[in-house]
Amino acid sequence: MDFIRNFPCISIILCLFAGIISSGLRGKAAMFVNTALLVVNTVLSACTLIYTLATGESFVYVMGRFPAPWGNEIRAGVLESLMALFFCIIMLFSLCGGRHKLIQGVEEGKLYLYYVLMDLLLSSLLALVYTNDMFTAYVFVEINTISACGLIMIRQNGRTIEAAVRYMIMSLLGSGLLLLGLCMLYDLTGHLLMSNIKESVAQIVAEGEYTIPLIISIVLMSVGLCIKSALFPFHAWLPDAYGYSTVSSAAVLSSLVSKGYIFLLIKIIYRVIGFEIYRDSRIIDILFLFGLMGMIFGSLSAIRENDIRRMIAFSSVAQIGYIYMGFGMGTEAGMTASVFHILSHAATKSLLFIAAVGLTDVSGRNRQFIELTGSGYRNRWAGVAFTVGSLSMVGVPLFSGFISKLLFAQAAVQNHAKMLPALIVLGISTILNAIYFMKTVIRIYTPVEDTPYPSAAYRDMPLYAVVLLAFILLNITLGISSQPIVDMIRQGLAMFA
Amino acid sequence: MGTNLFINYGEAVAMILFGIGFGNLLLQPNLIKKIIGLNIMDTAIYLFLAEKGYIRGRVAPIIADGVQSMEAYINPIPSGLVLTGIVVSVSVSALMLALTIRLYRRYHTLDLDEISKRLRKEGL
Repeated sequence: MDFIRNFPCISIILCLFAGIISSGLRGKAAMFVNTALLVVNTVLSACTLIYTLATGESFVYVMGRFPAPWGNEIRAGVLESLMALFFCIIMLFSLCGGRHKLIQGVEEGKLYLYYVLMDLLLSSLLALVYTNDMFTAYVFVEINTISACGLIMIRQNGRTIEAAVRYMIMSLLGSGLLLLGLCMLYDLTGHLLMSNIKESVAQIVAEGEYTIPLIISIVLMSVGLCIKSALFPFHAWLPDAYGYSTVSSAAVLSSLVSKGYIFLLIKIIYRVIGFEIYRDSRIIDILFLFGLMGMIFGSLSAIRENDIRRMIAFSSVAQIGYIYMGFGMGTEAGMTASVFHILSHAATKSLLFIAAVGLTDVSGRNRQFIELTGSGYRNRWAGVAFTVGSLSMVGVPLFSGFISKLLFAQAAVQNHAKMLPALIVLGISTILNAIYFMKTVIRIYTPVEDTPYPSAAYRDMPLYAVVLLAFILLNITLGISSQPIVDMIRQGLAMFA
Repeated sequence: MGTNLFINYGEAVAMILFGIGFGNLLLQPNLIKKIIGLNIMDTAIYLFLAEKGYIRGRVAPIIADGVQSMEAYINPIPSGLVLTGIVVSVSVSALMLALTIRLYRRYHTLDLDEISKRLRKEGL
């Protein structure tokens, strides 16, 4: 079974080759290649996950023939392969669910470019998940940024180009800080591989030398990744980018791209700096504070919003805040809750985006709430799916959002210093979530007499209904059988150390 | 502290340049000036890396005259990182310039705030 050790590398290289091949294909063929690629990668990641679960330890794959301190490495454990599996599944569903909008919204001759970008995006996400080398991580962060920028502006109008420019500017600021931070870290430790850096950092800290440069380098990397993943004060680009791009892009951007950066930050915390050293620096308190602020201000902006897509986008700001609050706890439990929330938010947010587009389609493509009245009756599947997503976001039992809120609350209770603010803000944020999501659900199920809009015809888009059903099942699976997944996350985090 | 700063003047200059570039990229409303800021920022990091890789009195790691001792050569890895970084920053600058051209053709201005104002007025 040892050939499974090649799978992470194969899956990254397959994505790159699929991107190259697709650039010479027509739109439909590129779409087919992309779907096949996603299915294959799902299978490969699942095999890796099963293999790591069976052996109970992580493995290192050496790229080329150069051994540890010089060569480039890929490392796969339970958490990495779980993330890769999840990313592939969510991307597959999001692309299938938004396919009809994509064919309508993108110029015929440019459709293949969308799939080229998607392949590259997947390769960079997988590389971010699997890599064991800091500079490789930086290069793939940039590939991720460039392809995400293309995804935003594939539907050309003034809004999307402006959103793409704003996204690029913020991302470049973030990657500049990340690069500077990792150059400083290289300067301090003399290594680029994560495991070697960790040993050197432990040595430096034990000797008490270079404390300030080390802290500065950690701060630079953390702030850079926070900017790129749109933590609260850096979220200005987010609503436009998610609100006006085509629906698959919005779903992929909100549920995968920002999560890729967050996962890299988790790797930096565990595998590069070391959890104890990171916790003892005061940075986690700042992450905690901004996480809490994001949870409240993101929800407040979402309540004020009158456009359903932008409302869901602002809700992402709040959910990213939850994840950083989990980091800020500085405990194992908080981190587990954050990782679970990454999964649950990815499953829920892409469901909400895909369902929202079904609702706006049966309302004459208007996104204002007043036009959406009664749309849950005109497009029943989308209505049900949106309701499921909303209930999950609010944190109703049976759905995935409930489990992540439960885990966050348990983590908060274990940390005495931060218990009170965390629990209070968690409560306030849940109420705010309930206000804007339930307002929308009530709105779409308010019956209207003589509506001018026709109902959705599912005979034309069976795939859309299948995708919505799959998303609903994924959400309920995460909600009901959460224990095995939480165990896997704990095991994976233990392997990180 | 002061003497350290004087000895490592190259690194200090790199940090100042990074600050200038970062500020420009963040604060300038003009898109072209933003891109110039981006390039200053990236170049500052390459200066920092080059300074870190250089060891006084040694030469580039190309074996000449059969000298194979490690003591004779500088650390080549930062130079390799700089090359990779240059490739990344060139492609990012090209993408930003292409986006700027798109926006300029549509709105006939390079001022990002002005463009946002017009978009809001259009109510798109």
